[in-house]
Amino acid sequence: MLIQLINTGLRKIPTWVLYLILLIPGLLAISAGLTDNLGPEPINELEEELGEFALKLLILGLAVSPLLHFTRINLVRLRRAIGVTAFAYVTAHFLVWFLLDLQGLNQIWIEIAKRPYVTIGFAGFVAMIPLAITSNDRSVQRLGRFWRILHRLTYLVAILAGLHFIMLSKGFDVEAMAHMVVILAFLSLRVSKWRRGLQSGLQGLREKLIG
Amino acid sequence: MAHRWTNTLTRADITPEPLWLNRRQLIAGALGTGAMVSIASLALAENIEPNTWEHITSYNNFYEFGTDKEDPAANAHLLNTSGWEIEVDGLVDAPGRYSVTSLLEGLSEEERIYRFRCVEAWSMVVPWNGVELKDILDKVGVQAGAKYVAFETANRPDEMPGLRYPVLDWPYREGLRLDEALHPLTLMATGIYGKPIPNQNGAPIRLVVPWKYGFKSIKSIVRITLTDQEPATSWNMANAREYGFYSNVNPTVSHPRWSQATERKIGGGLFNRRQPTLMFNGYEAEVADLYKGMDLTTYF
Repeated sequence: MLIQLINTGLRKIPTWVLYLILLIPGLLAISAGLTDNLGPEPINELEEELGEFALKLLILGLAVSPLLHFTRINLVRLRRAIGVTAFAYVTAHFLVWFLLDLQGLNQIWIEIAKRPYVTIGFAGFVAMIPLAITSNDRSVQRLGRFWRILHRLTYLVAILAGLHFIMLSKGFDVEAMAHMVVILAFLSLRVSKWRRGLQSGLQGLREKLIG
Repeated sequence: MAHRWTNTLTRADITPEPLWLNRRQLIAGALGTGAMVSIASLALAENIEPNTWEHITSYNNFYEFGTDKEDPAANAHLLNTSGWEIEVDGLVDAPGRYSVTSLLEGLSEEERIYRFRCVEAWSMVVPWNGVELKDILDKVGVQAGAKYVAFETANRPDEMPGLRYPVLDWPYREGLRLDEALHPLTLMATGIYGKPIPNQNGAPIRLVVPWKYGFKSIKSIVRITLTDQEPATSWNMANAREYGFYSNVNPTVSHPRWSQATERKIGGGLFNRRQPTLMFNGYEAEVADLYKGMDLTTYF
């Protein structure tokens, strides 16, 4: 009953409203930076806030399927907005790092090649590009089955993002570890589902062969 | 005793107190107080203007109170520094538990305006008040066999919420070679801007070694041990590849995760430019001799 109510409510949210809501924290952080309200070291603070919000959106995106499966709460219609805004945050995070933090002092490619946490973060960013490009109805139709396979990259992206967070932390960072645990938990749910799918496929094949 | 070293950053580089208390407002309405503004802008031009009290006391790495920069300022009030004692042991003539007052008694306190360079490639300029570590060591009497000084931070889980997390192998430990410890630049600080040092900056007493990365300047010290062995130090224990025992500021030896060639001085806003990092953080003339003949890429 409650779930039905929630789902009815969710269906009424226009997706553009969700885009707007999800972008608000980033816009607030940027305006706080521009008005000198991000503390003594606003460049790092902005970089961190954008990065962490991107990671949280990625995790929210991974949560959509399990949420439907275990609670019947349906966010599937809103998943694209979550993914696309996650990409927007990662892009902004990258631009703050490149333009404000790095300031072209070192060549960007040297930084990317030399520092593993940058390499991994950048790989995650690059892996999101095809996902962002194909986040529209036409691509879903044109790519068909391949679209679903392609978008499994989301899991890789989330793992890279989680690793990036752990690697850039000094010492044993509990917060970074907690994010990674959640990502791996969602991934393991997915993997067991894939395995079941594979098993039932094999089962069907076997029955066909025997029968 | 003391006054063996004279500030290159002098009183004139300090922002006058009313100015740093409320600089923005003052500058906005400053046309009448031209003198103050010119001092401030002179210092700005050389970029040795001390950071504001607000920045120095709100942007801290003190993991015993949490790993975010604002955590120490938020949590450090939990630390009770009254009746603070420091255990002095090892190769000393007069080992024992000393109160801070008795340890500092008779020693001359000075103001030292030092550059402070964090290993994370940000920096500040801080006007410390304190005594030379040498004076304290002379007081307790260093024995002939001693080669190193080891320090320990308080380990009080009830007062330091960050200790609940295994970020590092607690308690926090640091160390210096004896000649580094006896160097006139090496300070035991008890104040900033002439006020008692706030808890988040390492009250009641902390080390300041201005030519080394900030994490060497251990805070809220409860133990000082003279030893003949190189002591284990926290960040080196956590990651020896990234944090060496010496950890001298050195723009030519890169940290594996970030370049040390440049730094960003705190307080420059969203479009703050990086500035080149100086060898030994600008104290090369004073300390380079300590490392004569050492390969600083091996002993980083």
